[in-house]
Amino acid sequence: MNEHEQIGQPRRRIEGARKVTGQAKYAAEYNVPDLLYGYIVNSTITRGRITAIDEAAARSVAGVVEIFHHERRSKLPGFDVIYSDMDAPPGSPFRPLYDANIRFNGQPIALVVAETFEAARYAASLLNIHYEEESFDVDLLTNLARARKPSKGLATLIKPLPPGPRGDFETAYAQADARFEGHFHHGSQHHNPLELFATTTVYEGDGKLTIYDKTQGTTNSQLYVSNLFGLSFRDVRVIAPFVGGGFGSGLRPQYQLVLCVMAALQLRRNVRVVMDRAQMFTFGHRPETIQHTRFGATADGKLTAINHVALAETSRFEDYNEVVVNHANMLYPADNVALDYKLVPLDRFTPLDMRAPGGSTGMLAIETTMDQLADQLGIDPLEFRLRNYAERDVSADKPYSSKELRECYRQGAERFGWSERKPTAEVNRRGNRLVGHGMSSGIWDVIALPGKASAEFTADGKLIVSSAVTDNGQGTYTVMTQIAADELGLPLEAVSFQYGDSRHPLSPIQGGSYTTAVIGSAIKAACRALRSKLFKLAQIMDGFPLGDALPEDVRFVDGAIVLKKDPFIRVSLTDVIAFNHGKSVTASKSNIPNIFRLKQYTRAAHAASFVEVEVDEQLGIINVTRAVTAVAAGAIMNPHTARSQILGGMVWGISMALHEETLLDVNLGKYINTDLGEYHLPVHADIHDLDVIFVEEHDDVINELGAKGIGEIGVISMAPAIVNAVYNATGKLVQVFPIKVGDLL
Amino acid sequence: MNNFNYTKAESIDQAVSAVATQSEGQFIAGGTNLIDLWKYDLTHPEMLVDLNGLSELKAISELPDGGLRLGALVSNNATAYHPLVQERYPLLSRTILAGATAQIRNSATNGGNLLQRTRCYYFYDAASPCNKRNPGSGCPAITGHNRLHAILGESEHCIAVYPSDMSVALAALEATVRVTGPEGAREIPIADFHRLPGAEPARDNTLGAGELITSIDLPSTGFADHHSYLKLRDRNSYAFALVSVATGLEIEGGRIRNARIALGGVAHKPWRVPAAEAILVDKAPTPEAFAEAADLLLAGATGYGHNDFKIELARRAIIRNGMMALDPSTQRPGAQPSL
Amino acid sequence: MPKPVTIRDNPSSHHITLQVNGLETTLRVPPWVSLLDALRDHLDLTGTKKGCDHGQCGACTVICDGDRILSCLTLAVMKDGARVTTIEGIGTEDRLHPLQQAFIDYDAFQCGYCTPGQICSGVAMLDAGHGESREEVKDLMSGNLCRCGANTNIIDAIMAVKEGKYE
Repeated sequence: MNEHEQIGQPRRRIEGARKVTGQAKYAAEYNVPDLLYGYIVNSTITRGRITAIDEAAARSVAGVVEIFHHERRSKLPGFDVIYSDMDAPPGSPFRPLYDANIRFNGQPIALVVAETFEAARYAASLLNIHYEEESFDVDLLTNLARARKPSKGLATLIKPLPPGPRGDFETAYAQADARFEGHFHHGSQHHNPLELFATTTVYEGDGKLTIYDKTQGTTNSQLYVSNLFGLSFRDVRVIAPFVGGGFGSGLRPQYQLVLCVMAALQLRRNVRVVMDRAQMFTFGHRPETIQHTRFGATADGKLTAINHVALAETSRFEDYNEVVVNHANMLYPADNVALDYKLVPLDRFTPLDMRAPGGSTGMLAIETTMDQLADQLGIDPLEFRLRNYAERDVSADKPYSSKELRECYRQGAERFGWSERKPTAEVNRRGNRLVGHGMSSGIWDVIALPGKASAEFTADGKLIVSSAVTDNGQGTYTVMTQIAADELGLPLEAVSFQYGDSRHPLSPIQGGSYTTAVIGSAIKAACRALRSKLFKLAQIMDGFPLGDALPEDVRFVDGAIVLKKDPFIRVSLTDVIAFNHGKSVTASKSNIPNIFRLKQYTRAAHAASFVEVEVDEQLGIINVTRAVTAVAAGAIMNPHTARSQILGGMVWGISMALHEETLLDVNLGKYINTDLGEYHLPVHADIHDLDVIFVEEHDDVINELGAKGIGEIGVISMAPAIVNAVYNATGKLVQVFPIKVGDLL
Repeated sequence: MNNFNYTKAESIDQAVSAVATQSEGQFIAGGTNLIDLWKYDLTHPEMLVDLNGLSELKAISELPDGGLRLGALVSNNATAYHPLVQERYPLLSRTILAGATAQIRNSATNGGNLLQRTRCYYFYDAASPCNKRNPGSGCPAITGHNRLHAILGESEHCIAVYPSDMSVALAALEATVRVTGPEGAREIPIADFHRLPGAEPARDNTLGAGELITSIDLPSTGFADHHSYLKLRDRNSYAFALVSVATGLEIEGGRIRNARIALGGVAHKPWRVPAAEAILVDKAPTPEAFAEAADLLLAGATGYGHNDFKIELARRAIIRNGMMALDPSTQRPGAQPSL
Repeated sequence: MPKPVTIRDNPSSHHITLQVNGLETTLRVPPWVSLLDALRDHLDLTGTKKGCDHGQCGACTVICDGDRILSCLTLAVMKDGARVTTIEGIGTEDRLHPLQQAFIDYDAFQCGYCTPGQICSGVAMLDAGHGESREEVKDLMSGNLCRCGANTNIIDAIMAVKEGKYE
């Protein structure tokens, strides 16, 4: 057995059988005794205040127990800092049911609690709310003059604002041989995980709560609830073993959690609150963003000037920011660069990281602009990118910790058959359809955060590793089990990973593609500490079986400590435990990234997507017939689940380019397609051949696993490649996304 | 999502009288639209009369004149997969299969399909003004998002479209809707069943209070040799039509002898213009001929901004579908464009 | 095995009998309870998922008298006397249905929330003998959304079973 019996192997999901048989339980599925059901009521106005709430009709419904709203609620704290969760942007976080003020359409304003779900829902529809309406501004396009710099805070540390200007953009742009100016726009998009946001709160008595919550951070929900309701941190336990998708929507505690806990505490009962699908459109989302690009290049295809400006929506109370404009100069080493990123506060809820936040928006503009320049210059788009390949990140004047993008281009192009692409000017027809090929680069910054884990070797020969981290479907459960198994030389069956529970060691919220690196490294550290303890015990066992061996002289294989030079000399781990009087051995460890070392490098995952589209020549209907994405993201822990992550990202890219958009009615101040019938996610019939390549990439800087994370990188290069392919097929460049039926007529 | 009473109908007469005697009595068959509307708080039945026990409405049977009777309670899928429908009315079969999803088509009934309400965003949001839902409150679609909306036959009060696919084929096939009500039984030609919004957008159709659809009768002409349904939408399946076209042709000696063209997704009812069909008669089935028909079908079409594209899209779809009808084997799952 | 039924009673409740996963189950439900909520809240069969409650996602798909239907758009009272198969009745962890095994092998899910609906839908489609080509299967499976983007793996799994790889 080599040291990596598990890491890098295509293991099937450990929880697979539970998921395919319906045994995996999600937050709304704990049918605890004497459960009460809450239904949320939302504001139907966009801005103003509640003047009165008439409860009479609602209370007349049989089974109604209580109605909570700003005038009937438990005490809530009055300081912003108490409402700050682990992902709160700078500003003043929204406080559910706090006062009569309405700040956005769909604001939660009441909770009706009843003995049945149906009674709560019916009564909620009868709650009669009187408002005093004020005028509002929800329209980004007509409020661009109010754009301003984002406030700085913790969020801007992780998601840095654009670097200052380099060189002299205006002069260089004016002197460029080829220039392209783009104006890009996409509306808001909502995460819409298929599981509705839900919380089941079990009232344990003595101020203790067990909370089943849909979240991407059990610790985050635990902290938030404890702070809001003045509960002891230890008395609040948040559990989320199965989460039906998050995509960023669970990075902040959602309002159903607050309302559910409030009701449980007040009524001293078990309570469940589940959002409906329309309510899933009343909180964070990918922000509507307008982008302006101006890129200039020399006749021989050297990019000389980059100007990229993004203007995005935020709420009136928080400054949500994302990294939209920083990547062009990281990827392409032009010397004259001007970047800007600004926010426009509007009467809408604060945006929230949504799968590949910032990157998917910014790269859509950058990579479309690149193709337009290539087209002008008569250079193949891939060749144009190769001529501008950044061996070093000039935007930060740092080397890359590793960068196999060139290999992504090469392997992706070969698998796809890129050499057969025809120039846009040539018509490529297949039956009734025009065929187009497009490509795009992708980049995602590697985020390093501290994490913690514990490891225990038990008397019955099992390794238990623990972290509060969740698994929203990424495969964390399986991958962490693999990492732990390798570290102690055990088969997967001997390892149990306990997760999704705030009782376990603290984990950051699960997002930004960093979970494998952060929690995986912590598990490795904890397991190493455990190894060391087990080894020390083995050293002093009766008869000194390992002699004077030092830690580096042994390996952990097949549940035993084995001398490297003489594998016949071995001590089984269960014997070590027996020697320890049958007591299990535990170790807990934090993994703190070496920021000083990391800061010397630009650290990023890369990808390249190659896409074929067919566009019905007469009707303008687009199909992405095939696509290849080649990814360089360091070490891949589990190619089976990793491939699925990238495939999922590619589907998201298709959706961003061709399908999804939340429609905002600026007159009514609200989103109007707040259901899955009219918010179009792609269906099976839209998804054709998708292929994934993992390019080998070694990186010993980023973390000891050498893993960069793959949650976002699969999304980023896909949408621009589609837009470029549509251009290649039709000669038409669409800059308002998604591209819709009718845009190509 | 109000509470309501529920009873199972034991006969057609009993069902009709049960609904007639209740102030907010409604029939329920598949429930796929009614339950959805109820959950959105858009309809408030006090009594639901469940028709599902009425076996006499569950049959597909041949008519003496060579036509076919589709029981109102037969599910959309059972209709689409019925051997007689597939053999003699393949246009109807394909059109049904392009609608909704397999799950919905298994529950949804033929009668219920005719009674689907519009999918206008504003109609579906109880908090928005809507003349169809709340007469006199206004139509935000006219100045708001109207990508889904009508380009033909709309009024200043309502620009909603009728979403059914099946009815588009029924319009092309000139089906007859048979109904029974408190005043007895009658027959309504499909062309007169749905109505334009005019000043009364709340009324989708000409069904009288308490009338129950018992069957849809198809005449003998089924256009089995030359037909096609083309549905253009924002994704390849599970979406309502932006524009759809049902075309049936009878061709002899290379000339069109009889033509039917009905449009979906463009108006408050399936859209037919007899003159557009007449102009095709005796012509060779060419793109130019279908273009002439398209001009007549779309005469007076008006866009409201987001839906402007529908006028040109519909024109092209009519031409394309005419050509597809010549060779029905070019039709694809989900009524996607031919390859 | 469903737990004993506990129902918060209501004067307008109806007695109904459902044959759920082969087990005769008697319920007293008010008419406004959907089949989906009856399964999840009343029978504790939470394998059937609520993703939209409006017939727009397919997560609540169950097989009723042989046909796949959306349990969210069905009132429980309408199905009195019907045979209902939920994901719990398709197979168990010890005895997986071939399609369940294929879903695991092809990694045809990530978060797992759409999975029971996809599987019930796929099983019913295969049993009905519908879907001749991959293109048709994609069309006939389009009533089940997957937000994680497992689409190609889901169709691969179904095609593998359809092509007899799990016999």
